[in-house]
Order: sequence, then structure tokens, then C-alpha cells
Amino acid sequence: MSTRKAGAILYFDDLRVGDLLPVLTKRPDTRQLVMYAGASDDYVPIHYDKDLAAEAGHQSVIVHGALKSAFLGQLVTDWMGSEGRIVELQVSYRGIDYPGDVLTCKGKVTALRREGTQNLVDCDIWLENGKGEVTTPGKAVVALPAR
Amino acid sequence: MAETSVITPEMQALVGTDSVPVFYDVEKGAIRKFARAIGDPSPLYVDQKAAVAAGYAGIIAPPTFARLLIPGPGSKPFPEPFRRILDGGSAYRYSEPIVAGDRIRVIARLVELFEKHGRLGTMLFKVHEIRYENQHGRVAQAQRSTVITY
Repeated sequence: MSTRKAGAILYFDDLRVGDLLPVLTKRPDTRQLVMYAGASDDYVPIHYDKDLAAEAGHQSVIVHGALKSAFLGQLVTDWMGSEGRIVELQVSYRGIDYPGDVLTCKGKVTALRREGTQNLVDCDIWLENGKGEVTTPGKAVVALPAR
Repeated sequence: MAETSVITPEMQALVGTDSVPVFYDVEKGAIRKFARAIGDPSPLYVDQKAAVAAGYAGIIAPPTFARLLIPGPGSKPFPEPFRRILDGGSAYRYSEPIVAGDRIRVIARLVELFEKHGRLGTMLFKVHEIRYENQHGRVAQAQRSTVITY
């Protein structure tokens, strides 16, 4: 995959449909869930109360869907370069994820289009659990500069 | 269609209504804390110079920071039939970044109600379109949020 430095520019002209985004790996633990609860003011107890999570049939507390959105947001912003701008980010929570698992964020360019003065790149993005199952699919659109 | 719907006319009447507007002053400390919590080390979220060098007015917020800018209550209470809640997903559209120092007005409109019958029994889906308007009078971003109760 590309080894662009932080601050480098990603150009629209250099992309092709099918290009893969550099993979982003996350290992959320219960501490991170508590940090996210505090930082986002989300105190739904299933993210920190083990007994309540067990009662609901879960093996442990569960990762906030919105934290997985944040991971996928970082996947996109890490890739789009210093001149890139995020236009859309869409994420669906299809499967539960648990702290302690390795979550892998991936993405692929699906379309390149010009709309008015903007050069837009459509991407499929998704998050896989440690078993390689896609728990969290989504889409993103970024605007990039042309050469 | 013999099955009775959990969506009552009273609920249906709330589609199209807005939440009570709330205002948030976006503090750089809150942005830093959010970026740390999601584990994103980008300097754009903590370093004024780096953000300005990248063409922004100041420290910007990560793409999903608006989760912290929680909308106010509905102008009329929703007669919720269920107790358990799941987040179904979000779709964000961005016009401009949220910048430290912004004053953001948040309004959520209930745009859609539907139900599904699945593994968890009857599930009620509420879709809100949440608008985040900055002090310049522009909608910086919008979030279409789906919440499931069952």
C-alpha cells in the first residue's frame, strides 16, 4: 500500500476504481469504551455495565456503534491527504463487536466522478471483527484536488 | 397486513416535527478529549498551527465529533412503546468542518418511522435528520441517525 507521509497530498488523478485504502487496525479495550462514553456523553450502560450486558445475552460489554463510526472516519481522513475533504460518511451497525477483539477498518474506491468543480471519490468502507466478519459496513465520499 | 402496527397515529403525527434547539460552544479541550478517546493522533484536532497550515480556520473536530452535540428533546414527547435501545447507524454529510470556538445550534427532525419484525421481535426504527448550524448561519454538517427500540 502507499506510504505517503502525514501532510502529503492525495490527488484525484492518481486513483483508480478498485484501489484499496490503507488498512487501519484498532484494538478497543474497556478503558477506551469508558473514555469514549465520557468524551461523547454517551452513558448507555451496555457499554460499561458487564452484568447488564450479560443479562441482554452478550459475552461482555459491547463497543459503541458510534466509536466504530469514528474508527471508519479515521480510516478515511488518514487516507485522503492534507487537501482532501470528507463529504459523506455513512455507517450501519449490523453486528455487535466486543472489547478485546481486533477490529480492522478497510475501504475500496468504487467510483471517481466530477460534480461541478469538485472531484469526488466514492468508497465502500467496512469494519471486520477478528474472525474476518464484516460487522459494520458503510460508504464514504471525499473531495480531492486534481493535478 | 393483519398484524397491528406499533406505530400509532399519535407517533405518526410527530413525523416532521423538530426538537427544541440547543446551542453548544465547541471547546478545543472537548475536541482533544474526543480525539484521544477514539485513538486518532491527527494534529488537526489538537494543534492550531497544523490546522491552519492545512487550510482550516483553527483546530477542527473529527468527522463524528457531532455525536457529542446531543439534540434537545422533541417539542412533544414521543410515546415510546419499548424499553430496549440499539443504534442502527448514522450517515453524515459535511459542508464545512466544525472548528474550535464555533457556536453550533443543533436541531433534530423526526423524518421517518418504520417497523420490522425480526429475531428481537417487533423493532421500531426512528430516523432523525440532525442539523448542526454554525454561528455563520450555515449548516456545517448533518447527521441522519437511525435508532432502534424493541
